[in-house]
Amino acid sequence: MERARNVGLYIAGFASLFVIWHVAATWLIPSVLFPAPWKVVLKAIELAADGTLWEETSASLGRIASGFTGGSLIGIPLGLAIGSFPIVRRLLEPYTEFLRFIPATAMITVAVIWFGIGEGSKIFLIIYTTVFIVIINTAAGVSAVAQNKIRAARSLGASSAQVFFFVALPATVPYILTGMRLAMANSFVTIIAAELVAANNGLGRMIWDSRMYMLVDQIFVALLVLGLLGFTADRLFRWGIYAFAGRFSPVT
Amino acid sequence: MSLVQLSRVSKVYRSLKGGDYTAVRDFSLEIPAGEFFCLLGTSGCGKTTVLNMVAGFEATSTGAITVAGKPVTRPDADRGVVFQGDDSLYGWLSALGNVEFGLRMRGVPAKERHDKARHYLELVGLKGQDHKHPQELSGGMKQRIQIARVLANEPQMLLMDEPFAALDAHTRASLQKELKRICRATGKTVLFITHDIDEAIILADRIGVMHAGPASKLKGTIEVALGEAERERTHDRFVTVYRQVHEMIRDEVALSLQRAG
Repeated sequence: MERARNVGLYIAGFASLFVIWHVAATWLIPSVLFPAPWKVVLKAIELAADGTLWEETSASLGRIASGFTGGSLIGIPLGLAIGSFPIVRRLLEPYTEFLRFIPATAMITVAVIWFGIGEGSKIFLIIYTTVFIVIINTAAGVSAVAQNKIRAARSLGASSAQVFFFVALPATVPYILTGMRLAMANSFVTIIAAELVAANNGLGRMIWDSRMYMLVDQIFVALLVLGLLGFTADRLFRWGIYAFAGRFSPVT
Repeated sequence: MSLVQLSRVSKVYRSLKGGDYTAVRDFSLEIPAGEFFCLLGTSGCGKTTVLNMVAGFEATSTGAITVAGKPVTRPDADRGVVFQGDDSLYGWLSALGNVEFGLRMRGVPAKERHDKARHYLELVGLKGQDHKHPQELSGGMKQRIQIARVLANEPQMLLMDEPFAALDAHTRASLQKELKRICRATGKTVLFITHDIDEAIILADRIGVMHAGPASKLKGTIEVALGEAERERTHDRFVTVYRQVHEMIRDEVALSLQRAG
């Protein structure tokens, strides 16, 4: 009952967004530069029908998927090592503490010079934007494991390796997942910025090209798709946390 | 020979600013096998420090601790620890998973450890709660899981650090009764830390009273030769023991309050 009400409110919230958009575009700011939602939807259907939309979307999504996976695979073990061993922390902290303040968007030019305007530079940038946030969250998670959890395991006969794999690691999972979720949001920002600057395809490229021909409808299609993709990716991630790691998650 | 021996144990903490803090000094104690020993003291008297050293969590600064003749150098499965709070439980494991944790770490086959874990869950009154996770259970039930987890591991002795301090009065009273029953049934040696005189008299075979900290040691011990029926707060013999313990700890409480400022 309460769930039905919450879902209802949620849908109403979304609907109001489109209603306000429609009112604003039709009566408040009637301009060719600000298309109404139905025009954008019509354009989206047209672009979907001729295959363009799918082509651009899958190009962006593919880059995010491989960069995000790569960044997480690099970040998690590094974060675990930093959180577990003070020596590793001291050695690697200069890297994480220095590089994480250089935003991925600032690295676009360098990435293009190094890896060209193809997939290489995009995947590098997504890895770059993912890796630090995953490292920092994972390391924070390891440090936050309650001392009594470790002491209890030791008094129950666990070896150091067992303490790591059966206590520290599972206790850190919620932090790792949170880091990955934040990194996912960053990946969307980075991929669009990178495609705006230099790419042969992708949603960012679609926005930039549309600007040149004043295809405002098409820009809004890309924006709408981005919103939907980000929303869906985040929901899927949360759903994944509940379905596969719910018992690791402190969120209720 | 006693199962547990602490001979002239001291613990000094070095602070970063250079000032040393002596928590306990020349602390000596012997606990024979099968005894339920309550270490009673005011807050800040170093009783938890003593337990942490026996558990092997902290090293002694001077002096020696042996359990069954072996010097204590690190935590081990022969000394099971029950903690005050619930942060030692594993939230990602079920009650059963928590209780069988030690057995799993030591490579006991699944069937055998499930059976044993279920047996101990039943012993602490959690029959049929196997699949619940700690977050789904009340404070009292979580302490029961901790007790079952330690018992399932079959240690030589239990170390309990104010395990019931955070519980409400009714839950605490029923857990005290059950712990006493379980210890009678299993014959376990227990070192139990508390600041509550009633709790010490309800549980202990012998009570050790500590001086107020810092640089604390044992002030004296009192035998509690009470039968099961006499371990009621209103019983005459209970009150007699209470006066005896109170007599010994009264000055220390005053001193500790004075020092806390």
